[in-house]
Amino acid sequence: MSQHSSAVTGPGSGPTSGFVHRRRRGAELFLLLLALAVGIGAYAAVGLGVKGTVPADIVGYGGWLAVLALGCHVVVRFLAPYADPVLLPVVTALNGLGLAVIHRIDLANLEESSDANTFARDQLVWMTVGVLLFVAVLAVLRDHRRLQAFTYTSGLAALVLLILPLLPVLGTEINGARIWINVGPFSFQPGEVAKVCLVIFFAGYLVLHRDALALAGRRFAGIDFPRGRDLGPVLAMWLVSLGVLVFQRDLGSSLLFFGLFLVMLFVATERPGWLVVGAGLFVAGSYVGYLIFGHVQSRVDSWLHPFPADAGSYQIVQGMFGMAWGGLVGRGLGLGDPTLIPFSYSDFIVAAIGEELGLTGVMAVLVMYGLIVERGLRTALVCRDGFGKLMATGLAVTFALQVFVVVGGVTKLIPLTGLTTPFLSYGGSSLVANWAIIALLLRISDQARRPLPELTDSAGPTDDDATQVVMRR
Amino acid sequence: MNKPIRTMSIFCMALFLALLLNATYLQYLQAGELNSRDDNKRVRDAEFSRERGAILVDGKSVAVSKPVKDRFEYLRTYPQGKRYAHLTGYYSYTYGRNAVELTQNEILSGSDPRLFVNRVVDLFGNSQPAGGDVSLTINPKAQKAAYDGLHALGEHVTGAVVALDPGTGAIQAMVSTPSYNPNVLASHNFSKVQKAWERLTSDPDQPMLNRAIQEIYPPGSTFKLVTAAAALSSGQYEPDSTVPGGTSLDLPQTTTDLVNENGSDCGGNRITLTQALEVSCNVSFGYLGMQLGADTLREQAQKFGFGEKYLDDLNGQVASQFPEDPDEPQTAFSAIGQFDVAATPLQMALVTAGIANGGTVMKPYLVDEVRSPDLETLEKASPEALTTNAVSSSVARDLTQMMVEVVDNGTGTTAQIPGMKVAGKTGTAQSAPERPPYAWFVSFAPADDPQVAVAVLVEDAGVERDAISGSGLAAPIAKRVMQAVINR
Repeated sequence: MSQHSSAVTGPGSGPTSGFVHRRRRGAELFLLLLALAVGIGAYAAVGLGVKGTVPADIVGYGGWLAVLALGCHVVVRFLAPYADPVLLPVVTALNGLGLAVIHRIDLANLEESSDANTFARDQLVWMTVGVLLFVAVLAVLRDHRRLQAFTYTSGLAALVLLILPLLPVLGTEINGARIWINVGPFSFQPGEVAKVCLVIFFAGYLVLHRDALALAGRRFAGIDFPRGRDLGPVLAMWLVSLGVLVFQRDLGSSLLFFGLFLVMLFVATERPGWLVVGAGLFVAGSYVGYLIFGHVQSRVDSWLHPFPADAGSYQIVQGMFGMAWGGLVGRGLGLGDPTLIPFSYSDFIVAAIGEELGLTGVMAVLVMYGLIVERGLRTALVCRDGFGKLMATGLAVTFALQVFVVVGGVTKLIPLTGLTTPFLSYGGSSLVANWAIIALLLRISDQARRPLPELTDSAGPTDDDATQVVMRR
Repeated sequence: MNKPIRTMSIFCMALFLALLLNATYLQYLQAGELNSRDDNKRVRDAEFSRERGAILVDGKSVAVSKPVKDRFEYLRTYPQGKRYAHLTGYYSYTYGRNAVELTQNEILSGSDPRLFVNRVVDLFGNSQPAGGDVSLTINPKAQKAAYDGLHALGEHVTGAVVALDPGTGAIQAMVSTPSYNPNVLASHNFSKVQKAWERLTSDPDQPMLNRAIQEIYPPGSTFKLVTAAAALSSGQYEPDSTVPGGTSLDLPQTTTDLVNENGSDCGGNRITLTQALEVSCNVSFGYLGMQLGADTLREQAQKFGFGEKYLDDLNGQVASQFPEDPDEPQTAFSAIGQFDVAATPLQMALVTAGIANGGTVMKPYLVDEVRSPDLETLEKASPEALTTNAVSSSVARDLTQMMVEVVDNGTGTTAQIPGMKVAGKTGTAQSAPERPPYAWFVSFAPADDPQVAVAVLVEDAGVERDAISGSGLAAPIAKRVMQAVINR
């Protein structure tokens, strides 16, 4: 930045470039109305498809969704006026669509037996909790850089959260994975929150140590490889991921944590060498995991040879049948058979969407996820501080990896690993954590897009004003 | 840090591109293959709720889909359930399909490529795609005669009847008892279906087994037709050639002798071949078997269709068999349809039909015509020969004459039809000492212009051992079936 430009330009022009972000809150409102139309329209379509009439509670349900979405919008208007205008509408659309599909599966289950478990009501409650947390994050955290002070606290919290399910009384094993804890009447997946804590920890740690990790090293085969002693944290993280795999039998999270760390390390150091080292460790870990663990082997086997469907591949085969049955445009909401797919309301919700909304619906969902990731990375690009950049990258990449791992697993691109589909799947922990992630991204993007304070107005045309920007830390 | 962030955004884009491409592959390119898999329940559900084509016999439905008010919209109904059960088969949600419901499924369900245009029209007319009809070759009177005839022997009788048109191979009647009610399996009450299925599959009488084609039995004396055919074809014997008769045949390599049924005499130590067939003389045919050799007998049997599966319109046919490498005494027993000779009732009907048709064995078929939902004929059966020269026409003529003698003067008098020459052969086959013998009768009529060839097997009628005979139990049924076809 040059002293000259900051001295002479008027309000609204930044010091690094002539471009200043507009608030675009009107655009957000418009998109939000479209998103509500998706969510409420899908709910109405489910009623029409299953029972032939629009559900009687459409006004109450739609009203509640609208209150939540528009409430978020108002809060953003006041607390983060420069925040990215696309994220909130996309998330609202995904959450609304997820609710409608879960409700549709509830109806199908109720048709088979009147005392079947239903999930949509709970999910709406969790969405409300998620929105409240979203508001709380924006209200309490006025500057994301404050989180940097909690770097090691976050790291510790993440570790504790990951260990909790392994404790004897607290932890429970559901469907072979030990990733749940019981708190009173609720069960909770601490891994979802650990994800956020890990991003904060990595961002804080890497922003401090990036120079050492980036500069020292030796060059081999055209790639700069890091020093042996700097490998410590990478190896530690690798071990933590393996620990998750071994003790919790949670292939998906293990993959996610390690991938996340590698990406953040690469972004912080700008050295592809880390990716090579990490990929090598990943391949080695995967291979050893495959050799040692039965559950990894059975996942790979059902991926390579799903037919004929056996106990291991039944779910993926049913998911594939569902998606094939949906074809290009789907059977229509309420007109397919998504209950044939085990866990179609949670891990396999994309298969249920594929069946009833077709390839078109699946592509729309994927593009929406792509938009979230793209807006997150854009936030990282325009963010002015290293910590924010790393955090935004980490959060965006978490989304990308999670969606890739779960949707890739369901559509048989990669072996199936259990992870929730963000905002779509039923699951309180995941939904609440993801609303918090969006709040953090909005907070960072608000900071990033906000024009720099008009130094000329506050301090007058002095010579040393450039340093005052830094004082905000 | 912006450069690696840009790299990551390209990386993430690649991830999403991979997901999009894979979803396209799964839901568009691979969808057809996945949607045609048998283990795909959705496809079954959709097919189950479609209006399935009818199975017709002489213009009347023996299987038809009726509209009902439940989630499947149509219920498969079998108006004459038990009588046609082994031909129509069943169409069950849980247990799949069987018989014609299975072999003609593509037409009945409407997925046959020949119905493609209909499907497109249905799509634009917004009506549900419907299946085409399948018309069977069955003569309903003959089917009724066969079914009633077996049932007249008793409630728990096990047996089978097959009637063929010798000139074409068209199946005029096929019955297996005990039968079952396919309506029970087609029901939409799945727990009842399951109970019925468990009951049917655990029943020791195996009601779902089509004994006409799915089980092989020792054919006993009816196999003497094959031995006689081989003897006449060898050129060494004429119908009036003399062969050893008497009461017993000394077998080499063993101390047991081959004796006649009930230890009777064949009517002299030297009798003609015609006489031997007339009284079903074991001694004579055992002798002929040893003279001709196992290979000659096997070749003759194979010319009639032994060792082959030739019925395309029903599933589960088993091949009839002649022993691989019998020694001399075993060959003698094989020549009278004992030892390891075993045949389906359809096979014995085919032997008879081959003789009736001047030596040409026609390939049996059950589906006469296949029609689109608009009643347009898609395919009409065209008879074809299975073997053109199983025996020469002169041997066939001789055999016919000998079989007429059997019915006129021999063991088969119970099959006589007034005013018409009937050609036939009885059989009473021993299987194991602890179970009753099988009663057989094969015949065709009229002998000079054959219109129907029949094989009747009574496996177990629950009667006294000495009351079991081909002429007593089986021949009257054959007679009624032949009358039903001829007096149409």
